Amino acid sequence: MIDARFAGRLGRFRLDAAFTAPGQGVTALFGPSGCGKTSVLRCMAGLTRLTHGHLTVNGETWQDGRHFRRTHRRPLGYVFQEASLFAHLSVRANLDYGRRRSAPADGQDIGFDEVVELLGIERLFDRPVAMLSGGERQRIAIGRALLSQPRLLLMDEPLSALDRISKDEILPYLERLHARLSIPVIYVSHDLTEVERLADTLILMEAGRVRAQGAIAGMLADPDLPLIGMPRPAAVIDGEVIGSDTEYGLTHVQVPGGVVIVPGLLGAPGTRTRLRVPASDVSLGRKPPSDTTILNALPAVILGAEPTKNHQVTVRLQLGADGAGAPLLAGISRKSWDTLGFRPGETVVARLKAVALDVPSA
Amino acid sequence: MFDAAMTQTIVLTLRLAGLTTVLLLLLGTPLAWWLAHGRSFGKDVVSTLVSLPIVLPPTVLGFYLLIAMGPNGPFAAILGRPLSFTFWGLVVGSVVYSLPFVVNPIRNAFEAMGPRPMEVAATLRASPLNAFFTVALPLASPGLLTGAILGFAHTVGEFGVVLMIGGGIPGRTKVLSVQIFDYVETLDWGKAHLLAGGMLVFSFAVILSMTVIERRLTGRRA
Repeated sequence: MIDARFAGRLGRFRLDAAFTAPGQGVTALFGPSGCGKTSVLRCMAGLTRLTHGHLTVNGETWQDGRHFRRTHRRPLGYVFQEASLFAHLSVRANLDYGRRRSAPADGQDIGFDEVVELLGIERLFDRPVAMLSGGERQRIAIGRALLSQPRLLLMDEPLSALDRISKDEILPYLERLHARLSIPVIYVSHDLTEVERLADTLILMEAGRVRAQGAIAGMLADPDLPLIGMPRPAAVIDGEVIGSDTEYGLTHVQVPGGVVIVPGLLGAPGTRTRLRVPASDVSLGRKPPSDTTILNALPAVILGAEPTKNHQVTVRLQLGADGAGAPLLAGISRKSWDTLGFRPGETVVARLKAVALDVPSA
Repeated sequence: MFDAAMTQTIVLTLRLAGLTTVLLLLLGTPLAWWLAHGRSFGKDVVSTLVSLPIVLPPTVLGFYLLIAMGPNGPFAAILGRPLSFTFWGLVVGSVVYSLPFVVNPIRNAFEAMGPRPMEVAATLRASPLNAFFTVALPLASPGLLTGAILGFAHTVGEFGVVLMIGGGIPGRTKVLSVQIFDYVETLDWGKAHLLAGGMLVFSFAVILSMTVIERRLTGRRA
């Protein structure tokens, strides 16, 4: 469990952010640019010191009214927006820098070989730092942070300085990390897609304050939060593989309130996975479909609907005939909404055109 | 080719310049760090003081140094004897005179580095002092090298200040530039040529090697 509160002035900006985050998994600090996300992260690392600060990480107090542990005494890993590798050191020496200075964490430590394997950086060892691509640098920076045996990993928009291709190259590595790491990760981002793929918990920030916090699935579908109104809304659903159809290359995933069939073979039963279902890929009907190419048609209960721009409606649903399952969003035209006369409380059949697959979550 | 007096002068000059450079690196590096990172008003004042020798006529600087190191100055009060007209007096004078040429390049190198590398080091458990030696100094090495070479060369070439506070006593305070002046005054053109030509070649070699080494150092990480 992480308990944090930071308040004070940074120039003309007022920060007053308080939150708690689970002691495990990825917590995203999400919000528009300039809302104070990075400042919060710097405060957590002890790089910035405000008038009021309090931070406990899994029972250990890092700072409160009287005590302030300086950055190098906090067992944390920090991944900056730009990789910030030491230019005067080789790739290998960069990786060793924190490792040599850290006390081994009690049996929890993550080994050199494992980090190298997880991040796929072995063949980069002999290259000069200046010859690495942006994505490669960031992977080394992540490895360097992990090898210092942190008990908290702080990541400040680690992908934002990268181009699209490098981003796509790194995201799978981050997902693998997510599945492997037992330490909590605070991930600052203003990119909702990244957050949807990586985060378990979401802390929404606005103008220096925490607007809301909670499990990501619920936050994305919360009508009182601005997330649902953002471009390309989507639901994320965590599930577990229950079986596969090798002949057709399909996997059956149990999610709260139903079973979803996903293209591809995702692993043995029991594997945890995350599904990302864009609202635009969900349509609604009253009867189970026949004569259709759509594989997934699941009962769901309508909770409400939010009008969006372009005469669309984002419908909030919850899976299961009883509406007790995972949240789901459907993007339909306002004309369909009005013509079909859907009402909150009504049970409908949600058809999932495509299901994008994401994280094997821990 | 060189007679005994010349050799004595050359050795003395190199000793003076070498010692001054070492002292300047030891003093100048922490000073440069403070100037690059401090935020107080005092910083601007100190920074101005450090740079004064660049614009001040050497005779003015030499005059005040002479008073400070004379029998009634603070140095005599602390050390029990005056420093003027001694080798160590020259060392003190050279340190002051060459200070900006060492401090400014190092300071620029520290400033160009930005705060990030030290922050990264701190997040990797390096104490501030440890980070200074393992990150800041290596990253600033081109600036340190430039500072050292400029400080050395500038000390070798100084004339006004050493003449004011040293007087040109052979074997104690008579350095190259003073020696050349003496040769010219006594119309000993051949010897003057020898030393002056040597200085010319030396200066050329210094600047050339500095350019090459600096390109090597920065090229490695561009």
